Amino acid sequence: MRNRIWFATSLAVVLALLILALGGCAGAPAPTPTPSKPVATAAATPAPAKASPVASPAASSKTEPAASKEPYKIGALAAVTGPGSSLGIPERNTYQMLEEQVNKSGGINGHPVQVVIRDTESDETKAVLATKKLIEEDKVLAILGPSLSGESLAIADTVTKAEVPLISAAASIMIVVNKDGSIPKWVFKTPQSDALIVKTLVDHLKTKGYNKIGWLSVSNAYGDSGTTEFQKLAPSAGLNIVAKETFAATDTDMTAQLTRVKGANPDAIVVWSIPPSAAIVSKNAAQLGIKQPVFQSHGIGNKAFMSVAGPAANGVVFPAGKLLVADALPDSDAQKKVLLQYTKDYTAKFGADTLSTFGGHAWDCFWVVADALKKSGPDRAKLRDAIENTKDFVGITGVFSFSAKDHNGLDNRAVTMVEIKDGKWVPAK
Amino acid sequence: MERNGIGKYENYITLGALIVVMGSLPLLLSNSYHLSIMAFIGINTMLAVGLCLLMGYAGQVSLGHAAFYGIGAYTSGILTTTFKMNPWLAIGVAAVFTGVVAYVIGVPMFRLKGNNLAMGTLGFGIIVYIIFVEMRDWTGGPSGLTGIPSLSIFGFTFDNDLKYYYLIWAIALLFLVLSLNIVNSRVGRALRSIHGSEIAAETLGVNTNKYKIQILVVAAMYASVAGSLYAHYLTFINPQPFSFKLSIEIVVMVVIGGLSSVWGALLGAATTTVLSEVLRGVIPQFLKGATGEYEIVVFGIILMVVMIFLPEGLFSGSVRIVKSWRREKESKQRTVDETAIVEPSSVVAEGHLAVEDK
Repeated sequence: MRNRIWFATSLAVVLALLILALGGCAGAPAPTPTPSKPVATAAATPAPAKASPVASPAASSKTEPAASKEPYKIGALAAVTGPGSSLGIPERNTYQMLEEQVNKSGGINGHPVQVVIRDTESDETKAVLATKKLIEEDKVLAILGPSLSGESLAIADTVTKAEVPLISAAASIMIVVNKDGSIPKWVFKTPQSDALIVKTLVDHLKTKGYNKIGWLSVSNAYGDSGTTEFQKLAPSAGLNIVAKETFAATDTDMTAQLTRVKGANPDAIVVWSIPPSAAIVSKNAAQLGIKQPVFQSHGIGNKAFMSVAGPAANGVVFPAGKLLVADALPDSDAQKKVLLQYTKDYTAKFGADTLSTFGGHAWDCFWVVADALKKSGPDRAKLRDAIENTKDFVGITGVFSFSAKDHNGLDNRAVTMVEIKDGKWVPAK
Repeated sequence: MERNGIGKYENYITLGALIVVMGSLPLLLSNSYHLSIMAFIGINTMLAVGLCLLMGYAGQVSLGHAAFYGIGAYTSGILTTTFKMNPWLAIGVAAVFTGVVAYVIGVPMFRLKGNNLAMGTLGFGIIVYIIFVEMRDWTGGPSGLTGIPSLSIFGFTFDNDLKYYYLIWAIALLFLVLSLNIVNSRVGRALRSIHGSEIAAETLGVNTNKYKIQILVVAAMYASVAGSLYAHYLTFINPQPFSFKLSIEIVVMVVIGGLSSVWGALLGAATTTVLSEVLRGVIPQFLKGATGEYEIVVFGIILMVVMIFLPEGLFSGSVRIVKSWRREKESKQRTVDETAIVEPSSVVAEGHLAVEDK
């Protein structure tokens, strides 16, 4: 008998400890939270907050106003570890850099900003838990990220039920357009969709008079999405896909596929992949003496492509965001100033050659929310409306104009054609 | 029963205690984040209990358990979105389908033994994952399957974490009871004999292949139901959660908890899930600006320490420590003059256990 009692008590102790552990990470037991909670806490200390800018002149409020007010908490999810880490790390770096910058310059409306960053480990289940923690315990006003499309789709239901605005840093168009064509009320995203990038490429091919296209793509989600969009847009522009080949991301020789494409005698060849396979195609094309111009996708917008392709990279043209060619843009370009500033800040803090468009998406996520917060104040519903009403916001990826029908807010100005010339990115003519 | 050191009545008492604790836990955890962690522990428990039967009792290693979880999730997802089937019916159909797949796979697979079996199941898991990625018309490919409906019954919709918590734990506890019955039955004894020595079991007239396939089908059906619940809970699935990584995580849960007891599976699922969440919250407080990089390292170290000091797993390990401690106390009472001999290893392990459970 004593055995049993002993056993039951020890198990109860273990379970109790587990429960304590759960409670421990929450700090004090939290009351049932509601979406309007941040408003209540902010409103609880209105007297000193309101009084200080009025009482003291503007000059002194510039120096240390932030500390006196309730901080605005924004949540951020990034795939810092796991397969998505090449996206998540520059995003995390950007969030940390911007938090510091904003607080140094006085915060948002005098409120300091606190960005609570959580790693999703490139894992959907962990992204869902991290989202719930941000909403329930950190009581954030909005959530930035996550890095990957799967994670963004996995948490969409959670943020919608909790009524928290989400500004995703992932690519898939499915994030902001439901299956039935409706727009998810609480979800936005900043990176360009593949449709937009393909459209710029199709327009470019058309103006250049390349009508017969040889298409090569990598057989994964990225290549798949590019192929689908291209097949959708090409016929209306009068483009004809004369050859269509695929290769695996790990293949080391694409001569066979290129020979078949060459046999179809296209005007131009388009490759939809990322390095190293994308670079190997360019290299093989040069070895085969293919005279037709080779176009690549925005997946080659980093230094890895050039180092693998070597001299074959010269003359490759691809669609991409403007960040890569910021200094070559005309001064009249609305984004130029922002792009150069971000390039300077980021490379100064994290080193040259670390710049990537993914950090740019994070910059957009942060500033879209920060900008909307200035107008809406700390209320999730009002913040969502303010984000949806954001017009002509100049960001890294493009100029954003959100609306009830468009939660991506970009037009084809967000994509430009880039050419590789002697190891440098320049705008394509 | 001798193996895990606890008897039948203790199982009932523990089960009763567990039902009371799980039933009243939401009174303490009103926060949907905590409820959500508990719900995922429930899902992981279903996976781990099934694998525990297969690995711990029958002694058959499987590195492809995530495949059954995925088949359940995708069957439910496809049936309810593309074919608009009733979700409850879909869960049943998915479980039966997964069971059939497990049977078809099990017949040739169990011709393999030891490392070869591990490789075979590993290959199976990878093939299923590739099917999820490549069969785009059915599964939505790498982008996944959206718009999976929430569960509802007679107008009562499972629309928040609390409701899912109760649903998932009701099913998880049901699976635990079923597993305890299997373990303490003729089948359970046959399985343990296979684990002990397959050749000996065969000479004693145990149809080893039949029992191994039976238990694989049961484990696969548990995993399938867990997958279906995951799909309806998140209302979205993509191939990533059903990859090789999860298969390994389930093995870790079972091994950490203790292979020789169904309760170990529960404890292992709870420990690994809670530990990874707690580390995520605790580490940034010590290392400013730390996000994800250190958690994995600390998690790995903790798992290593557990395996060194409690090689039989948390459950059986703590049972052993409690029992030896009690024996010592009793012998001390009997012979008052004798000085108590304290085993250094048990002290270390106990101290460690306290840290572990915090």
